[in-house]
Amino acid sequence: MKDPIIQCDQLSVSLGGMKVLDKVTLSVNDGDFLGIIGPNGGGKTTLLRVILGLEAPSAGSVRVFGGSPGSFPARIGYVPQRLFFDRDFPISIRELVLMGRISNKKLFQHYNKRDRENADQAICTAGLERLADRRIGDLSGGELQRALIARALAGDPELLLLDEPTASIDPQMKTTIYDLMEHLKEKLTIVLVTHDTGTISRYVTRIASLNVTLELYESALSPNRDSLSALYHYPVNTVVHHSQVSRTIDHP
Amino acid sequence: MLHEILAFEFMRNALLAAILSSVACGIIGTYVVVKKIGFISGGIAHTAFGGIGLGYYLGINPLLGVIPFSLFAAIAIGLMSKKAKVAEDSAIGTFWAVGMAVGVICISLKPGYAPDLFSYLFGNILTVPTFDLWMILLLDFFIIGVVWLLNKEFLAISFDEEYARVSGLKTTALYLLMLCLIALTVVVMMRVVGIVMVIALLTIPAAIARMFSRTLPGMMLLAIALSLLFSISGLWFSYQFDLASGATIILVSGFVFFLVHAWRLVSASLTAQ
Repeated sequence: MKDPIIQCDQLSVSLGGMKVLDKVTLSVNDGDFLGIIGPNGGGKTTLLRVILGLEAPSAGSVRVFGGSPGSFPARIGYVPQRLFFDRDFPISIRELVLMGRISNKKLFQHYNKRDRENADQAICTAGLERLADRRIGDLSGGELQRALIARALAGDPELLLLDEPTASIDPQMKTTIYDLMEHLKEKLTIVLVTHDTGTISRYVTRIASLNVTLELYESALSPNRDSLSALYHYPVNTVVHHSQVSRTIDHP
Repeated sequence: MLHEILAFEFMRNALLAAILSSVACGIIGTYVVVKKIGFISGGIAHTAFGGIGLGYYLGINPLLGVIPFSLFAAIAIGLMSKKAKVAEDSAIGTFWAVGMAVGVICISLKPGYAPDLFSYLFGNILTVPTFDLWMILLLDFFIIGVVWLLNKEFLAISFDEEYARVSGLKTTALYLLMLCLIALTVVVMMRVVGIVMVIALLTIPAAIARMFSRTLPGMMLLAIALSLLFSISGLWFSYQFDLASGATIILVSGFVFFLVHAWRLVSASLTAQ
């Protein structure tokens, strides 16, 4: 049995004096497609940030590829949720995607032919060939989201971390993003965070619900809509000391 | 007529200063605009006045005082806002005023009249000495060299600093280096438009260029061209109407800036109809 790609052990994180993650234990193995669901403010993004090394745990441990978080940037592709960048930035999709190659490059090294080929390939995978030379400001939300996935793929990662890839895009686009995931899970280990409980269960191999504490469900359960809904609410009931995070979205 | 103007050595120097400073200004101004760090750049520029006062007090070329001083200001402001959890605008505002205060104290401690200090504050492209031109040329080469070596890193931290960090870049070090380049650009521009107005020439050409550019290098080239256009036409107006050169250059830039935006607004409302 190979070592897990991500190993969280009794992981707790406090941000600004508030416990965001409490004793989360989780392992992600090679080839997994793990979906993590939970309400907003439940700590989903924080968990990804800890795995990326952007946030330090206050207790417990995290190992990623057997090392501390942030040790192997080239092996991880990250698709952030919030767009910190400026939509008017003078940059084309091609160059945006090329930036995904930076984790494979040394300081001072310029991008070469191989980097450009990898970026073009990632653009094809994301189905953006026709738009490759457009400025990012000209794209729709869904197209931009696919460009960000292409950026993550350009670095040839082994692990793909996606934070709410379907938030703020229309339902039709959502399906194409999930279809892309379906295609990618053949080659990659994927952790996808979402509050989009309805769609995700069809695609993932394992599912976890996170609301400060984490509950992991193995594939054998293959939760249907009702059980998923129940699971979604389950941890909420256990966390009564955070009024602001115990709010849940009504499930249809 | 051009022959006539260029017959004067000070005019040739002024033209050279305009060309050399436009190069630094277009390249670094582009980063200032896309990374939205204009206010930090203004802070560094004003703090640099302390270096001029210090240089004057020590009796050395103020340019030699201002280079270490502005580099120190860049690193200190950058570290304070990144690491010490000081609100960025408080850090900038404090350095801004403290730097000016140091300059004023140093100058007042030195007996006698300081005739050309005014030109550091408000610029006088007509009095750039040849030594300063060589310094500006050297700084230009340094800035171009660093940007050429680190263009992919600077693009990454300008675009999305957090993603750059996740990609394994030393973002804080790169950011501080970028601020140091801004400090050196301030030194370069100081002779042309002066410390007080440097921020305008650093941002206006790049801000206009951004509206017409698809790539960062394209934006840099256009910003260089615009900066050159503003400097030379400003210089010409100041010569024709006997006005202060630094202020005239800024007024020309500002006028074009407003003109471009007004044209944008009008054309946008016309297409909307």
